[in-house]
Amino acid sequence: MKRYLPLIIFVALAGLLSYGLRLNPRDIPSPLIGKPAPVFTLDRLEASKRGEKFHAKSLLGQPWVLNVWASWCSACVVEHPVLNRWQSKLGVPLVGMAYKDSDDDSQKWLAARGNPYTVVIADRDGRVGIDFGVYGVPETFVIDAQGTIVLKHTGPVSDDVFADKIMPALQQARRNQAGVK
Amino acid sequence: MRNYLAPIFALLLMCLPVAQAKTSPAASNVAVEARLVALSAELRCLVCQNESLASSRAPLAEDLRREVREQISAGKTDRQIIQYLTDRYGDFVTYRPPWNARTLLLWLGPLLLMLLGVGILLHNLRKKDRGDIHADVSGSSTPPDAALPTLAQLQREFEDKKDE
Repeated sequence: MKRYLPLIIFVALAGLLSYGLRLNPRDIPSPLIGKPAPVFTLDRLEASKRGEKFHAKSLLGQPWVLNVWASWCSACVVEHPVLNRWQSKLGVPLVGMAYKDSDDDSQKWLAARGNPYTVVIADRDGRVGIDFGVYGVPETFVIDAQGTIVLKHTGPVSDDVFADKIMPALQQARRNQAGVK
Repeated sequence: MRNYLAPIFALLLMCLPVAQAKTSPAASNVAVEARLVALSAELRCLVCQNESLASSRAPLAEDLRREVREQISAGKTDRQIIQYLTDRYGDFVTYRPPWNARTLLLWLGPLLLMLLGVGILLHNLRKKDRGDIHADVSGSSTPPDAALPTLAQLQREFEDKKDE
């Protein structure tokens, strides 16, 4: 037993380090999970809704998904078709927040690539983004009917992310809702 | 610390005419900027991760510096500002991790490893003093050296080979 001790220590250290190597350093745990989502009011971006304000409060009472994106963000190019594919399956509002983007650019982006969003809003100076702890686009949040953040996904969402993270989080949000009623 | 801050402060003063052009005159903001520099050196840029908020040129870092600057001007304490940022970005945003259950291993890990090393060392030294290590070797059935050919034996073998 004793002679194997260095081997055991080596294996334990190698295990620990390889675990550390496989962690994603960009995946910063959000302290906002389980906390109330910031309440904000922002301008709507849709050409037909120009000048209208959007109040996050208006979504209370149902779960919803917030997707933070920008026309200058290259990962959003990959993400956008996935959103287009999934928006009809969500069954809840999908709010698109254009983060630090010019209104023109965001509108052009949506016209060119399709608009999967129920509501599109503009966070022009990124202040609402800071309140949501956004540190890079795209980021996606699932918020339940009480306005609590249930999930935060950093980076582009893929079909797998939808199937394995976002849909289960929405189910959880619905259970939260049923529990309250 | 003061020596280290002086050049940064000087650099900052050089930037002031540009940075402050849109806001108020520089003089009243020197104290604010000094606190901003000191505070943001303690904070991590979340985009670049290994750069401080003070040195980063990432757009988010600029936004966060603006936020910190505004909060300083509004009379918030450093503690309140750091709290504001950790509420949104977690402890990751500070370079000095706080003491809590999650960071216990981080803080105590090096100490534990050192204690382990010293423990093993002392254990082995004590074993050697007692002669246990020596006993291990001599206790085996054949003395280790007996199995090895001596130099004379090797030489004889070599000579034999040469003769053949």
